[in-house]
Amino acid sequence: MFILEPLLETFQTGSGFWNPVIWVDAIIVALLIVVVLRGFGNKEYKKKTGQTQAFLSGNPEYEKEQMHIKSSNIYWGFTESLKWVFDSLKKLHTGNISDYSLWFIIVMAILFIVLIMGENLVGAI
Amino acid sequence: MNVADLIDLLLQHSPALIVAIPLLGAFITPLISRLNDKVRNVFVILTLGLTASLVFLLASDVFSGNIHTYIFGSQDLALPVVRILFEVDAMSAFMVIISVILSLIAVIYSWSFMKENTGLDKYYTLILLMTAGMLGMELTGDLFNFFVFLEITSISSAALVAFWTNKAKSVEAGFKYIVISTIGALFILFSIALFYGQYNALNMAMIASAIQYTFLDKIALVLLIAALAMKAGVVPMHMWLPDAYGKAPSSITFILVGATQASLYGVFRVCFTIYGGAINLSSISVGWILVIMGIITMLLGVAMAIIQTDFKRLIAFGAVAEIGYMLLGIGTGLVVMLNPEMTATGLAAMKGGIFHIMNDALDVGLLFLVAGAIYYATKETSLNKLGGLARNMKYTTVFFIIGLLAVSGMPPMNGFASKLLIYESTYHLNPILSIFAILSSIMLLAVFVKVFHSAFLGPALPKFENVKEVPKSMLIAMGAIATIIIIFGLFPELIVNNIVEPAANALINYGDYIREVIPSFTGGA
Repeated sequence: MFILEPLLETFQTGSGFWNPVIWVDAIIVALLIVVVLRGFGNKEYKKKTGQTQAFLSGNPEYEKEQMHIKSSNIYWGFTESLKWVFDSLKKLHTGNISDYSLWFIIVMAILFIVLIMGENLVGAI
Repeated sequence: MNVADLIDLLLQHSPALIVAIPLLGAFITPLISRLNDKVRNVFVILTLGLTASLVFLLASDVFSGNIHTYIFGSQDLALPVVRILFEVDAMSAFMVIISVILSLIAVIYSWSFMKENTGLDKYYTLILLMTAGMLGMELTGDLFNFFVFLEITSISSAALVAFWTNKAKSVEAGFKYIVISTIGALFILFSIALFYGQYNALNMAMIASAIQYTFLDKIALVLLIAALAMKAGVVPMHMWLPDAYGKAPSSITFILVGATQASLYGVFRVCFTIYGGAINLSSISVGWILVIMGIITMLLGVAMAIIQTDFKRLIAFGAVAEIGYMLLGIGTGLVVMLNPEMTATGLAAMKGGIFHIMNDALDVGLLFLVAGAIYYATKETSLNKLGGLARNMKYTTVFFIIGLLAVSGMPPMNGFASKLLIYESTYHLNPILSIFAILSSIMLLAVFVKVFHSAFLGPALPKFENVKEVPKSMLIAMGAIATIIIIFGLFPELIVNNIVEPAANALINYGDYIREVIPSFTGGA
């Protein structure tokens, strides 16, 4: 027999809790409200009339490809203002297998210093 | 023999069968391929289906508190003969569930996705070999055997990454993958030699019971963490990962997520089980190393993802960021484990990190499958050239939205539950850590909203006018993963209590793992 109770248990995180079922209920209620509100506006909608045409302040409509904002242009301001960060990150990714191996050696050296020499230093202090 | 006896027999031999079935299947596949392509596809799906059934049978028993051992060779451990020992605790069972689900879904997806390709007998053979390798890595209790399975996984993965040999970049990615894997494997082999030289043992439990944390053990620890972390794609040793994930067929990228996690499992097994007793004095530094690696991995992964314009490469950097969360959770657990006042926090962090391993495999995996579906339909991976696909590919769009929300940790998806555990527990350790983790999630959301807009929204582009929804096998594969994501998201308590918590306890109570082989061992939690 299918037992529903364990499925509805609140998720305890140690210092908090989380119940996704309640969240889903809230989403369903919100969607119902949206559907009801949408129902009010439907009466005025007329298919294949000027309502459905793109209005660009009288300017001609561009080709479909030009109208779509490309991936490179999204977050342009963000990436441009942090250009120095992204440029330096790109420089790290050389695509060269020798550099990949070098990073492995560097990490190994850091771990060596922290785990072995670090402990010895702490012990000496 | 009645059904109960048969199940008992299967359960007893399941650790061996779980590896043997895909391994034998791999060698039979080229023969069956000569009969008929459809028969071969059905055979591979059935092989992995049978393996999955055994995995679930074994896991159900292990999660109830038992540890399974399976000895190849002499049963008398006192005899100095060569033997291989498989040892399955809840953490191993947790990992094999992930690996087998990924492999099974990948072959279902491949049915349509790869049908235009030639050389599929080799493709499916390599998938089964790779699966056997991953499962072996997660089930074995022997360090040298772990190395052998790691090599099987690496070699078959490299061949699969370079499967599209007509594309120079795929071959280059495969080459990079095998070079990096070999370097990592050599250092792992070197560390195994250090253990064997000191303790005359290759068995993990045996080494763990005898380990003295000598200078050589410390060197072995450094080598193992560095090599396995590189294989897991931890920053700054992650650079092979976007190359390999980006250029492999999407079905292979999906399984590669599991292969990467098998290496991460190796890191956890080394830190908690092999060094579980010895590391107590320095666990704070090892824990902090994992935490810092996690934070850097998270931030760099997501920062690189935001500037990518190639669909799969972008998801690959997102996958790098996700690895950071797992390290952060487990690292936090390791840091606070010694503090008796923070035991609950440590357990919550461990649960978060482990739960996120499964969530990452599902969420990132689904996104890779969607990327493959888009490539299948449009032959395009550049986000700058895509657009308006939601009109033609409605189901794929829905699956992408589910993956997007899940990977960004948006409620009520599964990613939120595991990330919530990580946020809360890291907050107790240091609030700045949880701020970084939340910031990274917000950026991940921004990254995938960009993808959603670029590929699916916008006006209908004339060049994609004739694009159709992908075939059913691909939809079934994506749908199955999306369904698991929703179930895990809606009922996290059920998953955490029954699967995740036993796995976390298996890592923390490392003494039980050792005592299964060395009953006289008295240490450990």
